[in-house]
Amino acid sequence: MDVNSGSVYIVDDISYDILDFIPDTFFDYTQSYVIKKLENKYPIESIKEAYSELYSLYENGKLFSDDCYSHLLTEGIPSAPIKAICLNVSHDCNLRCGYCFASTGDFNCKRELMTLETAKNAVDFLIKNSGNIKNLEMDFFGGEPLMNFEVVKKTVEYARSLEKAHNKNFRFTLTTNGILLDDEKIEFINKEMYDVVLSLDGRKEINDRFRVTKAKIGSYDLIVPKFKKLVEGRGNKQYYIRGTYTRHNLDFSNDVLHIHDLGFSEISMEPTLSKKDFPDAIDESNLETVLKENEELCKKLIELKKSGENINFFNFKIDLENGPCISKRLKGCGLGNEYIAVTPNGNIYPCHQLVGEENFLMGNVNKKSFDNKVKEEFLKLSVYHKRKCKECWAKFYCCGGCSAKNYMYSGNLKQPFELGCKLQKKRIECAIAYNVLSRSHSN
Amino acid sequence: MKHIKSVNKADLRNTVSKGGCGECQASCQTASKVDNTVSNQKCESK
Repeated sequence: MDVNSGSVYIVDDISYDILDFIPDTFFDYTQSYVIKKLENKYPIESIKEAYSELYSLYENGKLFSDDCYSHLLTEGIPSAPIKAICLNVSHDCNLRCGYCFASTGDFNCKRELMTLETAKNAVDFLIKNSGNIKNLEMDFFGGEPLMNFEVVKKTVEYARSLEKAHNKNFRFTLTTNGILLDDEKIEFINKEMYDVVLSLDGRKEINDRFRVTKAKIGSYDLIVPKFKKLVEGRGNKQYYIRGTYTRHNLDFSNDVLHIHDLGFSEISMEPTLSKKDFPDAIDESNLETVLKENEELCKKLIELKKSGENINFFNFKIDLENGPCISKRLKGCGLGNEYIAVTPNGNIYPCHQLVGEENFLMGNVNKKSFDNKVKEEFLKLSVYHKRKCKECWAKFYCCGGCSAKNYMYSGNLKQPFELGCKLQKKRIECAIAYNVLSRSHSN
Repeated sequence: MKHIKSVNKADLRNTVSKGGCGECQASCQTASKVDNTVSNQKCESK
């Protein structure tokens, strides 16, 4: 891969070996040096041929290309309008999942539901602060958002009523554990939600280990039939079955395949990473197994595709032709700038994972207050603001990683934490491998 | 080329002047919600 142009190549063994002896540029003596190193392994003519192809890529600026983006840092990244709100309509939940980052729904605050007035204020805030951006996003999140379904419904109705006058297009999403789904809610979700994320960890015994009710009853049997019904009525609209894996299912590829066996094709699976207070999380001691399991899953997905079936596995999704522009890749997720979270009492935080961190409180939609200075500070979280990211090959794919996670694990928004980086790199490798190998299969 | 096959034609450098419209989906509004998945996103202006 050429990092700065984003060009990806399939190389044969000779080219691969030659690249071992060319760190980052070509010199007059490079060819003779390479021949000397490899002449006992390959015919000299073949080495010259492969070398010449690599050199031609270099000459055309598609190999070892210069970093032409770092100047954007000195020029300053322009402040972006807010375009997405994670609306925490419920700081309460009807499940008590052992690994919940939101402290089983209350985000370490009091258990409460958002009022319609606050939700409407959040809609107004988004429209007012979105500049010329047309596509606005609102994710109903929690806790469990369906515990506050009436507010969800009326918020959608309110936002839709403002679209035309303000030339906006709202894209709503909703993340649910499924417990409260019924026919009415399914119909509403399938009509109004651009995307819906349905939480299920995989095999029954895996799901029910952590995803339990207050009475400690596993949720699998309660939610799977409801998810099936929702997806059956969804047509071509986007959804994801979203699982979490811990050190108790390091063979999580079997959970992905199990979810597929249930009839779902759109799947995402994320690790619970090490936290001091959660001994079941993935940590360095599980790393090698998890990396291998990612490769195993990648192979299984390719095999599945060859057999005529397909899982759209979110974590291995990558678009090498029409992916995001460099501006987006530099800014990363846009927390505190393009993206904010609003809590039931109207407080504004840079992201849903930083809810309750009073250092990062940005304002309140009910009080119509917003601290632009905090917003400006969050602009300084680009790839080039993170020292460790500057030299990394994956920087334009993970885009500097998750700053909130950095803060949670290292105490510093700009300090990538190593375990997360290693997992991200493997994920990107697998994404590229899946993209290339499944494409060559279809060809 | 005999030894090397290009997988993609896109060049990130071409997006310096054209990109940045901001109409694409925010990465944390997608299936992940816990990690940065910017490169999973589609460009809305292509």
